Amino acid sequence: MSGASPIALAARDITVTLGGARVLEGIDLTVVEGEWLALLGPNGAGKTTLVRALSGTVRHAGSVTFGDGSVTGDGAQGLRGPRGRARRIAVVPQTPVIPPGITAFEYVLLGRSAHQGLRLSASLDDRRRSLAVLQRLDLEPFVDRDLATLSGGERQRVVLARALVADAPVLVLDEPTAALDLGHQFEILELLADLQQERGLTVVTTLHDLGVAGQFGDRLAVLHGGRLVAHGTPAEVLTPDAIGRWWGVDATCTVDAGGRVDVTVRRRRTDASPAGAPVTTPADDATPASGR
Amino acid sequence: MSVPVAAAPQERITVDDRDRVVPPRPRDLTVGLVALGVVAAIGAALAGLVSGPVTIPAGDVVAALIDRLPFFSVEHGLSTTATTILFDIRAPRVILGLAVGALLAGSGASYQGVFRNPLADPYLLGVAAGAGLGATLAIVTGTARLGAGFVLPAAAFAGAILAVLATAGLSLRRGRPGGPAALILAGVAVAALLAAVQTYLLQRHADSLRVVYGWLLGRLSTVGWAEVRIVLPILVVSAAVLILAAGAIDVLAVGDEEATTLGIRPGLTRALVLAVASLATATAVSVSGLIGFVGLIVPHGVRLIAGTRNRRVIPLSMLLGAAFLTLTDLVARTVQAPAELPIGVITAFVGAPAFLLILRSQQARA
Repeated sequence: MSGASPIALAARDITVTLGGARVLEGIDLTVVEGEWLALLGPNGAGKTTLVRALSGTVRHAGSVTFGDGSVTGDGAQGLRGPRGRARRIAVVPQTPVIPPGITAFEYVLLGRSAHQGLRLSASLDDRRRSLAVLQRLDLEPFVDRDLATLSGGERQRVVLARALVADAPVLVLDEPTAALDLGHQFEILELLADLQQERGLTVVTTLHDLGVAGQFGDRLAVLHGGRLVAHGTPAEVLTPDAIGRWWGVDATCTVDAGGRVDVTVRRRRTDASPAGAPVTTPADDATPASGR
Repeated sequence: MSVPVAAAPQERITVDDRDRVVPPRPRDLTVGLVALGVVAAIGAALAGLVSGPVTIPAGDVVAALIDRLPFFSVEHGLSTTATTILFDIRAPRVILGLAVGALLAGSGASYQGVFRNPLADPYLLGVAAGAGLGATLAIVTGTARLGAGFVLPAAAFAGAILAVLATAGLSLRRGRPGGPAALILAGVAVAALLAAVQTYLLQRHADSLRVVYGWLLGRLSTVGWAEVRIVLPILVVSAAVLILAAGAIDVLAVGDEEATTLGIRPGLTRALVLAVASLATATAVSVSGLIGFVGLIVPHGVRLIAGTRNRRVIPLSMLLGAAFLTLTDLVARTVQAPAELPIGVITAFVGAPAFLLILRSQQARA
């Protein structure tokens, strides 16, 4: 599926050191235009740090090249400031900061900042785009509501709207469904899949849930101990062997005709179940319990 | 950009119904509120010009003001004495009150914005302690009486600026700007150290206590137009920068990291705003002493009527701060006339209960 497709994002030799510790080491990762890349890995593997490096909020060695040929760093085509990067990569943070007393509309409008002049005053075009995105995400009834009064699912869609209105070709989301119940998780993910189709967006998400990654990701990348240890299609990456090695749990993986993978995780302590029958737990509980 | 913005939903908005569909029209509301603020400031200034030991009728004041404009000649019934009181005593004092109020309230609003903390005030980073020590030094060494009275404000200004620079320097982490918490903690340390030095000096020069306290409590006395000439250029520059930066301060409300992903440089924005706001505060303090509460109470009052967006809060705070301080000064010089109360006492006397009321009403809403 890659090959001739144009590149949306190419990370080269990304290395991050935080407080003297290597958190990421020599990450090389290419994302093709229109692709959904899911970043997987146990807690502490460096998923969030990689997202922060891509979006320019943590100092890193190495470079990120975007689809239009611009490169981060100080080179001739360098994107020195955050503004250039903000136009190429929009971010949905894991735990967004909600300013007090801000309406959903004002919040979404912040997503246009990188397109505005020195005073950052919103043009009519900025306001229309913001409203259009809010309408697309079925948030029109909430435009004048204080963001703090919305439910978790509604608020997550507003944060997504702020990222979409930035009009960047790459959308990066750090655990977009972490705080949501199962129904709202899938609502957000299906919405992302639709938007990816509609707008030709390139999507990069960190995900804890291997089952969700197997259903939604076009390609998966596994981080472990700050290194990239696997990268490929869901069927290539999500194997019982790999899940056992990187997450330390037993799983069965079923590949369907469309290349999507169902992951079912089993308890190892079979003695805990009556008559030694295997106990299956929902895929949502795939979060590692036993560490690396 | 190659990515089209969702075409289908956009068709739902046409120019004709956009006022109905596109919800907030923030600029219109801001213009209305700013007009209100201008009216308040002009009203306060007029009250300040009219009132005093000698009441000058408002009509005569307006006529005399118009008469002063080039190409205008209006009859007014004012005696030479009244004209002198109006233009050489009251007008500079009223304008100084407007300017100092605008500087303190605008700086306070900006500090609160970049620190994302409603309790930040413009004295937070050591301006007050530095100015206090500078003024104390000038008074106890006797140099305050030299240089036509300008050594005292100069010493206060220098003390304020040095203290803020020390705070900024101490908050650096390996040569790069630390976050808001580092700045606030450094400010606390600098203020404590300078206050200790000041206390020591005062103890050694007990005879200067009254003078130093008189200065610390703040007052808007003027020597002709000299103070106004110092303050006005700083007011123009800081108003321009802070109002221009208000949009970026609004983006900072989502935190430094998210602001970066939205294309803003948080460190640079904060440094610029704090530098200008501190310069503004130091200037105000150097001519008027330490007038408390204006930088805290006025922006909070503004947020109650205009919301939390700094694009509105900063310009409105400057206008209403100007009106508030002018009226406070009017109270300070008329309540016990001919004696003058220190204006800092009045702002705290009015400010503290008002502040409590605001806090309670906010809790009631929540």
